[in-house]
Formats: sequence, structure tokens, C-alpha cells
Amino acid sequence: MAKLTLEDLRRMRGEKQKAMEMRDSSNKDVQVIVGMGTCGIAAGAKDTFTALVDTLTEKGLTNVLIRQTGCMGLCHSEPTVEVVVPGMPTVIYGHVDAATAKDIVAKHIVGHELIEGKILDKPSIDIVKNA
Amino acid sequence: MAYQSYVLVCGGTACCSGGGDRIVEEFKRQLKEQNLDETVQVVATGCLGFCEQGPIVKILPQGTFYVQVKAEDVKEIIAEHLVKGRVVQRLCYDPEQAKKLVAEANIPFYQKQYRIVLRNCGVIDPEKIEDYIARDGYKAIEKVLFEMTPEQVVDEMLKSGLRGRGGAGFPTGMKWKFAQQQPKGQKYMVCNADEGDPGAYMDRSTLEGDPHSVLEAMIIAGYAIGATKGFIYIRAEYPLAIHRLQVAIKQATELGLLGKDILGSGFDFEIELRFGAGAFVCGEETALLQSIEGLRGMPRPRPPFPAVKGLWGRPTVINNIETLANIPVIINKGAEWFSKIGTATTKGTKVFALTGKVNNSGLIEVPMGTTLREIIFDIGGGIRGGHQFKAAQTGGPSGGIIPPQFLDTPIDYESLAKIGSIMGSGGLIVMDETDCVVDIAKFYLDFTVDESCGKCAPCRIGGRKLLNYLNKIAEGRGTEQDIVDMQQICDAMNKASLCGLGQTASNPVRSTLRYFMDEYLEHIKDKKCRSGKCSKLVAYKIDPAKCKGCTMCARKCPAGAITGTVKQLHVIDRAKCVKCGACEATCKFGAISHG
Repeated sequence: MAKLTLEDLRRMRGEKQKAMEMRDSSNKDVQVIVGMGTCGIAAGAKDTFTALVDTLTEKGLTNVLIRQTGCMGLCHSEPTVEVVVPGMPTVIYGHVDAATAKDIVAKHIVGHELIEGKILDKPSIDIVKNA
Repeated sequence: MAYQSYVLVCGGTACCSGGGDRIVEEFKRQLKEQNLDETVQVVATGCLGFCEQGPIVKILPQGTFYVQVKAEDVKEIIAEHLVKGRVVQRLCYDPEQAKKLVAEANIPFYQKQYRIVLRNCGVIDPEKIEDYIARDGYKAIEKVLFEMTPEQVVDEMLKSGLRGRGGAGFPTGMKWKFAQQQPKGQKYMVCNADEGDPGAYMDRSTLEGDPHSVLEAMIIAGYAIGATKGFIYIRAEYPLAIHRLQVAIKQATELGLLGKDILGSGFDFEIELRFGAGAFVCGEETALLQSIEGLRGMPRPRPPFPAVKGLWGRPTVINNIETLANIPVIINKGAEWFSKIGTATTKGTKVFALTGKVNNSGLIEVPMGTTLREIIFDIGGGIRGGHQFKAAQTGGPSGGIIPPQFLDTPIDYESLAKIGSIMGSGGLIVMDETDCVVDIAKFYLDFTVDESCGKCAPCRIGGRKLLNYLNKIAEGRGTEQDIVDMQQICDAMNKASLCGLGQTASNPVRSTLRYFMDEYLEHIKDKKCRSGKCSKLVAYKIDPAKCKGCTMCARKCPAGAITGTVKQLHVIDRAKCVKCGACEATCKFGAISHG
């Protein structure tokens, strides 16, 4: 990549901000965000991640973007997965094992319904004050 | 058919016992009756964390939050909220605010956290620089490199009131100013990522979740003090954090945000990683510098302070991860904004790794001045398993133990020092009545004795002596004179040790002696440990009235300490007993107890 100038950086920030707002990078309108800090990985986030990728491939879903992120602070409920589907409330699931990961794809993303017993709606990134 | 609304009913233990499960049934039944079951989905959730106001019902997507809901209220919620879209005011948490759709963000309970350091953790992909840039990343260096002089940057830091988050709380701006005032020439900027307190993982999580914020802060600091070279000293036990830092440095270098002539400003800055082998003392700044130079990590006397004479004898500023992560936000939002958060002497927020006997262990960030009670009981969700709160430990092996009477102390550097603890780096371990204070003090002393570098006598010998006394007391051989001696050693270590490790190593002993003297005396005089943690003081006995002579315990005992024949009373030989507790666990008649 070429070295940035001040103008490049500003332009890049503007573009990326828009992309983040629209939650739409290259026709992927659904986002699945897996907490992959040490706490998440220790609790099995890598299995969750693999299960998500496998199930999505199996079902041929190409509109889903899987992202990783760091620790959300909910270490007691790792692995955590945040699911953003247009037209549905954004939800954070806790204790997501491989089986729940499959459920997330089949029920939440395809069926547009929430999954029993796994929703974690604690004080978290969407509700705590942010700087 | 997509659902239009979602009803979340808290399925936590507390809410279920308050009728939460009936509410779920009621919602499902009534929605079906009204043919709404295809547009509204009812879901039981995990604990929503607001048990005292349960049962809780939350309606999405509006995020309306109903408290103390009863099965009889379901009809009204469906008719009013789900059908007509009107909020049922009498069930809202705060009737005053019910005119707006009440969302969780409006409830004080959820407002206890305030994220500056952790602003991007759990939000961005840490391995994508674009994510960081989109969240105002590298905006602070635009401002610093093109609009501010180094003096202005230092001034901004001084005005913000930011103090070092590594533990000691030295004003960051002052540190920078000292280094800036040194004559021009090679200077260094060092980031201390040698997080070593047992139970602390704030810095690791920050690096794993938002590595670029630390890089950006180091560039700013480098510009302010006139350094062109930075080191991040990170322990090798943090492989994921190291990997993410390496990725971040590579990306920033490719984009020209690190290296020569950053963004065309003419300022050069590069960052190198140095791995620590895990010695606790290397978190001490002078020992850390020695370790970076490739020497054995041992502290040296100060002054001269590193800001005057640091790495390879050159002026060096050392800041901790959490301190650095604050800096880009301070530059972007201004010192005035930052100085409004927190208490009179301590500005901003503090990240805590909340662990131990608490329901919601995790990483939290709260404004300075928040009380321990708010952290443990509101955010942490109280003590696990319905036990009683006994004490909280802050500051790791250098910190003290805080008893229940200080739960309402607002947390800042000064107030914690006053009650015999320290802020430390942010480990916060919660203990209940099953923990023994002698055992806790022993645990920390064991750690500091292991980690003492051995250079100065007070720490090397004092620590060992203290540990010996603690072992003696835990084994029931202690005398009251031991306590007097221990207090003297504590004072000597505190006054005479070379570095922070030795000066503070006695804090766990001092604070437990101060607040839990009665438990020490119990160990010494009554030879009793009320929690049962000090196994040498525990005696197992068989209740003759309950023993049926089944022989199970005798067969389980690994030491052959139990004798008795079938259908006869069994007896434990105290001399042979190793206090493993296997007999008590195996007895079907509850005849074996310890005390």
C-alpha cells in the first residue's frame, strides 16, 4: 500500500465511516461478530468461528460477513457473538458453542427469529456510554 | 414471515422464581389466541442483570424495558404496546421518563460504565486498521503533528489531569514535561505492557481489542518529548496480543503512519517490540529498562529518574497501556472534557478486571469515584452462590484487602491509599466468607517472594521472613509475638526496599492485620480457621450417633487414618489424617464433619 498523506487519511476515514454506518461492505448486509480475545478463545471461540463459517458455506449464504473483535468485557459469558441483521434488533449471544452457532445461522439469520436462552443483554457496547 | 417485534423475558434464576416462566407462557398463549404469534416472537433470555427489579420484560426493537412484570400484566402489554405501539407507563422503570420509549441506556443501573480506554474493544476488528481509522483513529496525530507544538501537547496532558494507570498515579503530563526539557538528542518512548498482577488482564484485552490506539498514543508522546524511537515491552505470555501488535505495526508502517516523515509532517517515529520473560519485577520501570537493554531485570535507585537518564542513559518516558489508550481521546476531545470526568484529584476512568467470587466477572470501565459497591453489586451482579461479601482485593500483590465497611468509598488514588490499599493496575478480586485472610496473605507473599529479584535485603529477607510467619500461623504454631514481629518487618520493608515491589509487598499482610486481626488471633489462640482453608487447622471427626459402620470412609481414606469394623463406629486417627476431605465427601449419612 502506498504511504498516506494527510488528505488520503481524511478521505479514507470518511469512506470507512460511511461503510460502517451502512453496515454494508461489498453486498454483505448481515454481520456476525465473534469476540476473539484471549478470554473468548479460551472459552472456545475458535470452534464457534469454524462452526459459523462451515454452516454458512453449507447453506450457501454469501451475504453474511463474519468479523472478529476483541473482548467486549463479558468474560463470564464467552464465547460471545453479536449478530446484526437488517430489520432486526442487534443482539449479543453468550455461551455460543458450535451447536448454538449453527442455530444462529439457521434460525436467526435465515429464519429471522431469536434463539431461546442464549441472548445476553447486559450492559454492553450498545448501551454503555462511549467516549 | 419475519417477526416485527420481539419480547425478551428474563430467564435468570431470580426472575424465574418471581414468575418469569409464567410470563413467557402467558405471552405465547395470548399471542397465539390473537393470531400475533407470527409477528411477535417470545424469547427467554439469560439473566438481564437487574434482578432486584425482576421479572424483567424487554420489547425489541424499541428497547422498552418493563420491570416487576406479573402474568396479569401480559394482556395489557400486548394490547397497548404490541398492538397499538403505546408504552405501558406504569410498568416502566422510571415513570417520569415513560413518555419517551424507555431504553436501557436511560436506566442509571446501566450507566455505571463509561468507556474511554475500551471504546473500541469488542467493536472493531483489531486486525483491520481501516476499522480503527473509521472510529476516529489516527485523527489525534493529524491534530498533534499539524496543529500543535510539542509544548502545547504537554500542556494539554497537564491540563487533562491524566495520571499513570500503572499503579503509582504519577501525572503523565509532568513525566512528559521532564523528558521534553532535557537537551535535544536521542530520546526514547517506552510502553510498559508487562502486566503481571495475578488476576489482572486489562492491558492484554486492550492490546488484543484495540492495538492501534496504543501505537497512536506512542507517536503523540514521541512527538511531545522529541523521541523518534519507541519500544513496547510486552510479556511473551501474551501471544495473541503480540500477534495483533505485530499486525498493527505492519499496517501502520505500510500506510506511512509509522516510519519516516509521517503523513508528510516531517516527523519520524518507529516502534519495536521487546518481549519480557515474565518476571514480575520487570514491570518496575528501571528494571524494565535494564531488560530492554538485554541486561538482567533489576531495579536501580532513583533519582536519576528515567525521564532524565533512562534507556542507554538517554531521557526516556515510560507509560502503561491503559494510560496511553486514553491519550488519543484526550487530544480529540480536549483536556477540559477529560478533566470533567472523575474526582477532584483523579480524572478520567479506570478499567478493572473484575474476578473472584462475583457473578459477572469481566472487564469493566468506570469513572473514577465510582464506589466498590456499585462495581461489585451493580455491575458485577453480586456475590456468586448467595455467599456473603468478605473483602475485595485491589492492586494485586502490592495492594491491600478492603473490608465491607469501605464498600462505599469512592475509588481514586488517594481514597484507596487512605484505607490501606492501592489502585494498582486494576485487578479487582472479590472474596466471600469461604476465603481465609491468612491464606490470602500467604498467597500474595508466596508470589512476591518468588518474584523478588533479590537485589536489596529488605525485600529479599523480609519477604521470606513474613512468609515463614504466615506459614507458622496457618499451621497452628503461631504466637502473639509473631504478629508484633510481622508488623515490624512490614514497616522495615516499606521504608527500606529499593523499588515498588518490596515497598508494597507487605501491603496484603498489613491490611489483613489491620482489618482482620480477630481471624489471625483465632488461628493463633484457638487453633481454628473459620473458613477451613488452612488445612493444618482442620480436624475431621465422626459423629457416633450418625455413623452406621458402612466402612466407606475407611476404604476411601488414602492415609489409612480411619479404623473400624462393619456395623461398628469408625474412628479417625488425627495423627495420620491428611485432611483431604475424601471421607466427608463419601459418607452417605452425613456423619463426618470438619471444624
